[in-house]
Amino acid sequence: MLALPILGVGIAAVLASLARPRIASVVGVIAALAALTVYLTQVSSVAEGLIPTAAFGAVPALGIAGGLRLDGLSLVFVLLITGIGALILLFAEGYLADDPKRKRLVAMLLVFMLAMLGAVTADDVIVLFVFWELTSLTSFLLVGYKHEREASRRAALQALLVTGGGGLVLLAGLILLTMAAGTTSLSGIIAAQSAVLADPLASVAMVLIILGCFTKSAQVPFHFWLPNAMAAPTPVSAYLHSATMVKLGVYLLARLNPLYQEEALWQALLSYGGIATALTGVCLAFRETDLKRVLAYTTVTALGTLVMLIGIAPDLSITAAMTFLVVHAFYKAALFMIAGAIDHAAGTRDASQLRGLGQVMPVTALAAGLAAFSMAGLPPFVGFVAKELIYEAKLEMGSAATGLIVAGFLVNAATVAIAVVLSWRLFAGRQLVAPSGAASPPHDPPLSMMVGPVVLACLGLMAGTLPTVLGAVLIDPAVTAVLGRPADVTLKLWHGFNAVLALSAATVAVGIVLYLLWERLVPRLKAVSLLDRFGPSVGYEHWLAATLRLATRTTTTIQHGSLTGYVRTLVLVMAVACLGMLILRGGVAWPQGGASLDARAGLGGLMLIGLGGTVLARTALQAVLAMGLVGFTTALVFLMFGAPDVAFTQFVVETLLVVILTTALMRLPIQGRDGRSRQQKLGDAGVALLCGVAVAAVLAAVLASPFDPRLSVWFGAESLPAAHGRNVVNVILVDFRALDTLGEITVLAIAAFAVVALLRSNRPADPAAPSPQGPLA
Amino acid sequence: MHSLIAAPILVPLVAAAVTAMLWRQPGLQRVIGLAAAALLLVVAVALLVETASGRILVAQMGNWAAPFGITLAIDLFSAIMLVITGLMALAVAIYACGPGAAERDRAGFQPLFHSLILGVCGSFCTGDLFNLYVWFEVMLIASFGLLVLDRTDEQLDGGVRYVVLNLIGTTVFLLAVGLLYGLTGTLSLADLARVAPTVENQAALGAVGMLLLVAFGAKAAVFPLFNWLPAAYHTASMPVAAIFAALLTKVGVYAIIRVFTLIFAHDMAVFGPILAVVAAATMITGVFGAAMHYDIRKILSFHIISQIGYMLIGVALMTPLALAGSVLYIVHHIIVKANLFLIAGAMRAEAGSFALKRIGGLWVAAPALGLLFLVPALSLAGIPPLSGFWGKLVVIRAGLEAEAYLLAGIALAVGLLTLYSMIKIWNEAFWKAAPAPAPAAPWTRREQVATYAPIVVLAGLTLTIGVWTEPFAALSLTAAHGLLDRTAYIEAVLGAASLQLAAPLLSDGGTL
Repeated sequence: MLALPILGVGIAAVLASLARPRIASVVGVIAALAALTVYLTQVSSVAEGLIPTAAFGAVPALGIAGGLRLDGLSLVFVLLITGIGALILLFAEGYLADDPKRKRLVAMLLVFMLAMLGAVTADDVIVLFVFWELTSLTSFLLVGYKHEREASRRAALQALLVTGGGGLVLLAGLILLTMAAGTTSLSGIIAAQSAVLADPLASVAMVLIILGCFTKSAQVPFHFWLPNAMAAPTPVSAYLHSATMVKLGVYLLARLNPLYQEEALWQALLSYGGIATALTGVCLAFRETDLKRVLAYTTVTALGTLVMLIGIAPDLSITAAMTFLVVHAFYKAALFMIAGAIDHAAGTRDASQLRGLGQVMPVTALAAGLAAFSMAGLPPFVGFVAKELIYEAKLEMGSAATGLIVAGFLVNAATVAIAVVLSWRLFAGRQLVAPSGAASPPHDPPLSMMVGPVVLACLGLMAGTLPTVLGAVLIDPAVTAVLGRPADVTLKLWHGFNAVLALSAATVAVGIVLYLLWERLVPRLKAVSLLDRFGPSVGYEHWLAATLRLATRTTTTIQHGSLTGYVRTLVLVMAVACLGMLILRGGVAWPQGGASLDARAGLGGLMLIGLGGTVLARTALQAVLAMGLVGFTTALVFLMFGAPDVAFTQFVVETLLVVILTTALMRLPIQGRDGRSRQQKLGDAGVALLCGVAVAAVLAAVLASPFDPRLSVWFGAESLPAAHGRNVVNVILVDFRALDTLGEITVLAIAAFAVVALLRSNRPADPAAPSPQGPLA
Repeated sequence: MHSLIAAPILVPLVAAAVTAMLWRQPGLQRVIGLAAAALLLVVAVALLVETASGRILVAQMGNWAAPFGITLAIDLFSAIMLVITGLMALAVAIYACGPGAAERDRAGFQPLFHSLILGVCGSFCTGDLFNLYVWFEVMLIASFGLLVLDRTDEQLDGGVRYVVLNLIGTTVFLLAVGLLYGLTGTLSLADLARVAPTVENQAALGAVGMLLLVAFGAKAAVFPLFNWLPAAYHTASMPVAAIFAALLTKVGVYAIIRVFTLIFAHDMAVFGPILAVVAAATMITGVFGAAMHYDIRKILSFHIISQIGYMLIGVALMTPLALAGSVLYIVHHIIVKANLFLIAGAMRAEAGSFALKRIGGLWVAAPALGLLFLVPALSLAGIPPLSGFWGKLVVIRAGLEAEAYLLAGIALAVGLLTLYSMIKIWNEAFWKAAPAPAPAAPWTRREQVATYAPIVVLAGLTLTIGVWTEPFAALSLTAAHGLLDRTAYIEAVLGAASLQLAAPLLSDGGTL
């Protein structure tokens, strides 16, 4: 049942990518509405506390429990995702009507919707993470939708690296959490609270998870990717980067709140991180005139407020958080779509150029007004309900929250000012500035683009006038999920004359003052270049550049291009590795006893002469001949120690080697000059010497221990009776270990084949000319 | 003795011999090559079915009992490697029917290709250390032939670097085999596993272990021995680069896993940390190389190195979960990496170059190729729900469980840089507008099918492992448990009688 919408949306994505553009949009809207319907059927049972679950994505071999679960918190999210999703898909059809590629956008939006639905209904941290990353990925593809612009590509990469990096941190945290709880099931982890908190790494896991959520939900200092992600088409910004994806971090924090809510570190990080984000967001919003960037920064503010509210934990604040979550999704998605509509109609999104659009875009103006009222937190909109709750929650905390109240007051006042900019300033009055770049005079957009903003704005109004219904149906079950128990808070529009109302009134007043100063404030704040030079965005660029520099330096040092250098590394590593192991573990040993030296030791002297000749040789030819001496002496050793057949083989091989090498060297135009400096030569000699010492030392240690002659004894004994051969070496070669011989013969055959292929003419074969000879010719 | 056990060696051996004899008939060669690759896959799957329960198939060559003769021993890990080899052989054999097939086959591609597969399969089947050396030689010489197939100056230069460095590595291997024989008096892996804990001079055994690590490490392209790989891979023609990327380094990894779980398992207190450091350094240096380069083939080559590091984490930690992670990672990586090289070839065919600065616009021109690229590329970066995510998840979880936090952290961070370099390819080749109009690819329908069919199948496999993970994870875990159960291996190869001899040895050497 719970997997149905996920699968359905997935199938719709495939269909959309195959269909014609307009059909694709229709498919998308239908899929979203169908999913919405499925979830709506669950509303009443969730409100009664009957939580539907389903099996999904279990991997028992890896201990991954899998599963889907739809409690109050998940329900709020799935309704927002599917409901707003349907409106956005409809909006996109109008917004991108001229774009033949738009079915790709529809398909990707549907994949994103699938990922979001999976993420917020997953009852397993790994399943959740899978969908979480899928949202980052679809976000990447959607931000880069206008991919021929370099800014889009950079923004997409930045968003992916920040959220993807955060995702990796989150994964580490989730795995630690899983290990402490002994299960990957989310509800199981929450149930195992005492075990999780007793784990020595509990706070490490918690901080890692918080960091992951902060990157996703654009909290300070990771907020910078969100405004840049506005390079995406407006429907994407409205859907992913305000209403849904960026709230995924908030979702996970809320989801894990029952686990951590009593932890002081959790409360501190969330409340201070959140309020810092909220303040940063409004400050930066006052530096922008591009409508979408303004909206992006106010989204940052809203996300900060949500995180802060989860951090201050008691009943009121969680209720406030859940209410504000819904409220914000409503008005922000509406405002984004309105910004898109304005851009579409007027050809610009620059707020300083736009005035008096209400005359030509009356429906848009109405929707904008309704949404902005909700944003400003004015009665009777649901935004007012949320804001009252937020103030109430902070006041309830007493003197400890003074800082939070002051900061929150400033944030709210600034939000009011921006809401006025987005409604009054844009639409009221006469059209003072004629926007350039518009093909035709501004007008209300087509119906498909109007449905979304109007519906969402009206929902905000309706929810505000009927707060108890909203509370009972959606908010209370969600709060129960976040707190781990029901909260005793009723949503009300009117709280009576009290401190909260006074604060609200003051907020609006200060907000209007800020609005009046807006035109003067924006250019001044824009001029503060300090923010551009030292912001985290710059930090990101520096980090990326520094990493690439380090990568380049490391790579060019290691992969320097000189074959001699590579050989030197290889030989040195080998020598150091085996000598180090032998010496450090005290394995150096010398063979004891044995026969005394006799005349045969003279062979050693012969070898040394050959060696000296090779080292001192001035030309390659001399070196080959001197090497031959070493080879022949080796054959003599075999001869004198009872292996005449091996010795004769060695003689033949050595003779051939010297003859062939000499012939080749005499024909090749090789200059015998050694280009190395004296220092390099000494260094190489050292490496060679070290290698020789290493091998000799290991050989000595091996010879010092008793040899187990089982195999040679057996070969000697069995050669004649079992294998019918008198020459043991031959029997080993052709019978006991015949497979080795087969392999070696193959090696020779391949070598011959490769050499012949190599020696063939280097000119490409002329297909016209008959070539009677094959590669072996 | 199981009747199929020698088949993974016989099939490519016969294929190589027959195609070499048919050098005048490239068309026939190609048919035989395809049939042999398909047959190999079938045989390997049959072996996988036999071993899936953890059973070990053993055959004594020439009926000379171990440790005196050569033993072929196929456990689940070997069987998995054989299946993936068969799959890669078939995919690349089909792909090699694409553009350039005629020239390649005239130059002797088919015999060399099947010789390479022979070396790889032999390595996975053998239960004898010296025999493993022989297969390494087969692989080395065949791969050199393949590498210089086009005989361009660039290839010859790369080929010389490749062959010199690998010859030294192989010589170190031979040296280690000789020394190990001196210490233990045996070459059979099972017998070595039995005897190794009793060797008196454990330091000397450790030194030989280091030599083997250097030899296999050079083959596996670990830090700091990977120089040969980026020096050579980008010069190879695409089918060759794909099969190299899929299999060559992985044989090195296989050998490290096999030898260290069997012969040095009692000494992991020493080798574990060494392998961990090597793994970490390999991951980092590899991904750094990929981050700086702007040629698709070089980026992909450096990523091979980086990913080898992940596979070594399993041996370094030597826990069932960690080894399962290694097995899963190897399987995933082979499919993904080979596919990326195949796709790189298709991208060149569509856009005209491997240099990212010179190409672009593929997302508009070839959206299907874009989707096909995203699957293995994101899988390589460990993005869920693709195969790479599960490999990474298991490896990192094993790292955290073993309290190797730094190693796990590095594995995570390297994932981010991997993502960066994959996105770099995506941004430049697919999203960026083409700097110059791409030349229309003059390829026939048949060439197109030959190019795209293996890509689609491999991408489908990556998705399958990602979405339907359970059977793959379960198999990897069974294989890991098999690798850690030395006693079972020894008993299977040497017979139950030897075990009575081995039992007391294992119990006091036991870090199992």
